[in-house]
Amino acid sequence: MKVKNKLAIIPASLAMAAILSITPALPFSSHAASIQAASPAVTMAAPPVPNAAAIMKKYGGTSITFVGDSVGGGHLRDLTLAARFQADTGIDVNIVEHPSSSTDSYSQLVRDFQAKSSAFDAMMIDVVWPGDFAPYLLNLTPYFSASYLKQYAPNVIANDTVGGHLVAIPWFGDFGLLYYRTDLLKKYGFSAPPKTWDELTSMAQTIQAGERKSNPSFYGFVFQGSAYEGLTCDALEWLASSGTPNFIVNGKADLDNPNAIKMLNLAKSWVGTISPRGVTTYQEGDAQVAFTSGNAAFERNWPYAYSLNAAAGSKVAGKFGVAPLPAEPGSVPVATVGGWQVAISKYSKNPGAAVEWARYITSPAVEKFDAITNTNVPTIPAVAVDPQVRATNPYLDPATADALRVARPSGLFGINYQKATTDIYQVINQILNGADPTSVLPGLDTKLNALLPKM
Amino acid sequence: MNKEFSFAAGTVRHRGGFTLHARQVRLAWLMLVPALAVLIFVALYPLVRTVYSSFTDEQFLGGTTHWVGFANYYNIFTNNTNTAASYPDFYSATIVTLKFAVISVVLEFLIGLGVALVLSSQFKGRGAMRAAMLVPWAIPTVVSAEMWKWMFNDISGVINDFLLRIHVISSPESWLADPSTWLGSVIAVDVWKTTPFVALLLLAGLQVIPSDIYEAAAVDGATGFGKLWRITLPLLRPAIAVTLIFRTLDAIRVFDIFNVFFGNTLGKLTMATAIQTTIVANNEVGYGAALSVVMFVLIAIFVVAYTTIFRVEQQ
Repeated sequence: MKVKNKLAIIPASLAMAAILSITPALPFSSHAASIQAASPAVTMAAPPVPNAAAIMKKYGGTSITFVGDSVGGGHLRDLTLAARFQADTGIDVNIVEHPSSSTDSYSQLVRDFQAKSSAFDAMMIDVVWPGDFAPYLLNLTPYFSASYLKQYAPNVIANDTVGGHLVAIPWFGDFGLLYYRTDLLKKYGFSAPPKTWDELTSMAQTIQAGERKSNPSFYGFVFQGSAYEGLTCDALEWLASSGTPNFIVNGKADLDNPNAIKMLNLAKSWVGTISPRGVTTYQEGDAQVAFTSGNAAFERNWPYAYSLNAAAGSKVAGKFGVAPLPAEPGSVPVATVGGWQVAISKYSKNPGAAVEWARYITSPAVEKFDAITNTNVPTIPAVAVDPQVRATNPYLDPATADALRVARPSGLFGINYQKATTDIYQVINQILNGADPTSVLPGLDTKLNALLPKM
Repeated sequence: MNKEFSFAAGTVRHRGGFTLHARQVRLAWLMLVPALAVLIFVALYPLVRTVYSSFTDEQFLGGTTHWVGFANYYNIFTNNTNTAASYPDFYSATIVTLKFAVISVVLEFLIGLGVALVLSSQFKGRGAMRAAMLVPWAIPTVVSAEMWKWMFNDISGVINDFLLRIHVISSPESWLADPSTWLGSVIAVDVWKTTPFVALLLLAGLQVIPSDIYEAAAVDGATGFGKLWRITLPLLRPAIAVTLIFRTLDAIRVFDIFNVFFGNTLGKLTMATAIQTTIVANNEVGYGAALSVVMFVLIAIFVVAYTTIFRVEQQ
């Protein structure tokens, strides 16, 4: 053993070096994901906590845990607010980032509620979850007066009220937008962003062909195509802007129709041509990084991405704009309703302090702070028309913001919504990966119809 | 009480077992009871609970539980995915898992064996090399999976950037989405992570082989390959058996990498990720329990097969 194997050292060492070198220490990529860590475009101090002295007297010295944001600058915002809240009221807020995938985030909360855990006091919940989680959330009606609630957008309050109880407070809204490169549109002779999906396809092709000469990683259009909740949002926009108003129309699913088939075939044609082949694994973060690093001409994403694109470290700062998403001739532009609410767990050991935290972060002053520093859509209409908010959030202008809002059918499916959305995004993902819509859509219709509650 | 000393230990059975032997046996049982209790509580109870649950339609959040008999198993074996409960395609998940397990275990074993053979020889820096080699294994799987996912990213990933710069590829390759490369990518990451573990197990086995056998073989004129084939491998058989059993079971139970890379994508589920989705996202604990029992039986078959193969040959 000793004599013979000395010669094996050289290839062995090379093999070892090869194994060890595939570690993340390589400083090769310049298209780094460091864009996500860029500071927000506008900085502002966190607003003071109203009524702080009374809150400190009652709850000072206690602590709560908040399951907060992880997408974009959300975590930073949560930390800033928590620091201010602690300084003013003496309540220690422990921030836990939720998984960036909405689907994983749901799983995390489901496990928490099933175990009746008091680990999380307050949490941010998606606009489609109040129905699912209502039995496990604290009834907030005693804590917020009816006149106080009037300041919020009424449709969100209605969404957050289940069985007569308010189970969550609206925090920030969300709707789908088209981000586009103003400099590239000019360079290739386009005067305005695309109005139809076909126009988007051809514009993206032209721009991509031109840009590929200098940048082999450039793509025309990036969106959320991975098999998760985000794809349900994107797909709803495609369908509702091309003649299929929603997944469920008049109480039943009929996605196996010519309009939907045509639109989904168009989406399928993007994959590998104007969209990267890997777009079927993209969530919000992947699409946002691709656009912010200058490697995409068009992006579909939520308003949060605006602040990241405009930030100091972004390669597209000053060179991008937002527009309503395209629509097929005969249909109007639509935007899927997203948005997050703040809810308190029924099993919290410190509900009073948690309610005060929720009251603070959903207050008009903090919604303005969030809108200006993170470009999140306020759920208080008065804040949305504030001139400072309008200046940093151009997409709130009626021209962009007045796209028809479409909501995912969570209310219709009730407790079965998670199964329904799983079926939807898995099938759409299959189509994007090459499956023929006519062969998979009938099965989807059957499944969705079976999941609807029987009348 | 005086009676126990007038009988030879263990030769006469006295009523109530007061012989020395019987007392020792009873004492042994008493000492085992705490360990047995822990084992029953931690291992047996969950297993029985799962099997019981597999005969019901238990929900994760809310709902009432009803006995459904063998309905869950019937749906599994007829691969019924077209029901209101949105069952996952377990058949395709099993195929993916088995393909992954076979290829990754074979690769890990061959590469790990090579690494172990090299590391068992004396060279400068061997100690440091052994420690450094364990870095991939030490990083939690979820963390390294997230890291690799960004590295495989087609626009922002290091791998594409590197390959583009040295002109091996001309346009970005979608490692995780392309049907021809996704399984290879996952296998590559798993091999990177667990080859050190395999190498370590085999290295332990190699250290036990006495070196004078090799000296004797050299005297008899054996070649390097002959030594490997006729001496090293046969003497390494117990270590190989242990390694293969460990790795195969781990590979069949793979969850972290697939969950991070592919989540809930059709055609890219493994048995474990399919079960997790069923229970947590689809709310179906009963069906998930039935899937778990099927997976348990499959793994048990593998264990029996391995122990039979390796025991028979040792005769």
